[in-house]
Amino acid sequence: MRAVVTVVGKDKTGIIAKVSTFLAEKGVNILDISQTILQDYFTMIMLVDLSGAKEELSVLATESAEMGEKIGMSIHIQHEEIFNAMHRI
Amino acid sequence: MFNKYDVIETVNMIEREHLDIRTITMGISLLPCIAGSADETAKRVYDRVCSQAENLVKVAESLSKEYGIPIVNKRVSVTPASIVCAPFAAQSAKVGKALDKAASALGIDFLGGYSALVHKGMADYEKTFIETIPEVLATTEKLCSSINIGSSKSGINMDAVRLMGEIVKKTAELTKDRDGFGCARLVVFCNAVEDNPFMAGAFHGVGESGTVVNVGVSGPGVVQHAIESIPDADLTELAEMIKRTAFKITRAGQLVAREAAKRLGAEFGIVDLSLAPTPARGDSVAQILEEMGLESVGTHGTTACLAMLNDAVKKGGVMASSRVGGLSGAFIPVSEDIGMIEAAERGGLNIDKLEAMTAVCSVGLDMIAVPGDTPASTISAIIADEAAIGMINNKTTAVRIIPAPGKDVGDCVNFGGLLGRAPIMPVHKESSNKFISRGGLIPAPIHSNKN
Repeated sequence: MRAVVTVVGKDKTGIIAKVSTFLAEKGVNILDISQTILQDYFTMIMLVDLSGAKEELSVLATESAEMGEKIGMSIHIQHEEIFNAMHRI
Repeated sequence: MFNKYDVIETVNMIEREHLDIRTITMGISLLPCIAGSADETAKRVYDRVCSQAENLVKVAESLSKEYGIPIVNKRVSVTPASIVCAPFAAQSAKVGKALDKAASALGIDFLGGYSALVHKGMADYEKTFIETIPEVLATTEKLCSSINIGSSKSGINMDAVRLMGEIVKKTAELTKDRDGFGCARLVVFCNAVEDNPFMAGAFHGVGESGTVVNVGVSGPGVVQHAIESIPDADLTELAEMIKRTAFKITRAGQLVAREAAKRLGAEFGIVDLSLAPTPARGDSVAQILEEMGLESVGTHGTTACLAMLNDAVKKGGVMASSRVGGLSGAFIPVSEDIGMIEAAERGGLNIDKLEAMTAVCSVGLDMIAVPGDTPASTISAIIADEAAIGMINNKTTAVRIIPAPGKDVGDCVNFGGLLGRAPIMPVHKESSNKFISRGGLIPAPIHSNKN
């Protein structure tokens, strides 16, 4: 199963390092990363593979949100299908 | 990889613009539960609802986390209880209470279907059933009731309309310690639909399959934001933008509905894309209309704006889902929409204008509080007016009205949560009593005779 991770917040040093370390610890494999500044906010979008993940997506979603709070960023991990459904016909 | 703007758009819709799945509603047929006695039927009803919907809350919460989209309500709708209770109508309350107990045990938000369909005629057992409604609503918390009193095909059953005016009044009286809260769970319909996932009017039609999952999606905030993004657009462009936005919202609903049905072992019923407001700011249908260029909802031009909005929402929704149903359009419940509440408090929105608005959007006079001393016949007449709009225009209309005991114009009732607060609106003082007391049937319109 694949999911999309979005990380949005004020730019600062070490965001990518922290997020990717967290994902590696959870057995989540990063397939693609795109990072940019959108409307003055650091915005990172990752496509990840959950086939080796140690936890269910719903648990990862809660944990990544908590991790985001700690580093002052908004982090979401969502099933890729929601984006497919809304943006592809 | 996804286009990053698309990804961010979805995240923003959910985070900032209140996009949510308003409800996952599981429709459950109660026909297998009918037994000879009220006690036995109530027991079977309780067991069946609890077993069919056992995992509803768990599945909804898990889907919500996985897709990162809030699922606000978990609900159940059942076969109109008057059918199930026909053999022992006077004891229908036992089944009503069993349903309410099941709803509490499941941890769901509402359970709809303490209902009767009497649009052409009302049998003795149906009348007896309807007479139990006030007491049942006063002694339950989550149970919702709806009565269909008219249809385009059969006309309007004015005997039922007269009775419902009295039932609404009595329900308000029996729940007067809570400002007539019982009436917030009682809807009177014309052209009720059998697969509506929204409360208080949801019931599981007899033409439906055994167990079905229907999903209601909402997102007035998303539509409002989309309109804000093109402030100088003409109405053609605006309609297009609303359509495209509705499409995206509905696709999210379709995805959740399919997955929920699969996990719950039920049939996928329909997706209902309705712009259902909540009392939160930025989640308001009134604010969409004001964003379109009205100083206040209720002023001249409101009906036209709402007509366009409702139609564009339907068009986007139909394209997005393989099975669109329910009510699908824009809701205008006064107490549940901050823009409506404020317009009513300013005196900018009255019942007459709301009635006109209901001719062009989903549902009808919804969550309207009126003075507690409003006569039953006036309430019946308000119901009759709405039913006439629905009957003639081949659409669903409904009345959910609260004659708040002891309150008058200038006061306000507060139900809290998603039900919000409602300023008491004035009604016409002139009597409709003679008209209502005539009874009988208003015949179906000539254009219904299509066979």
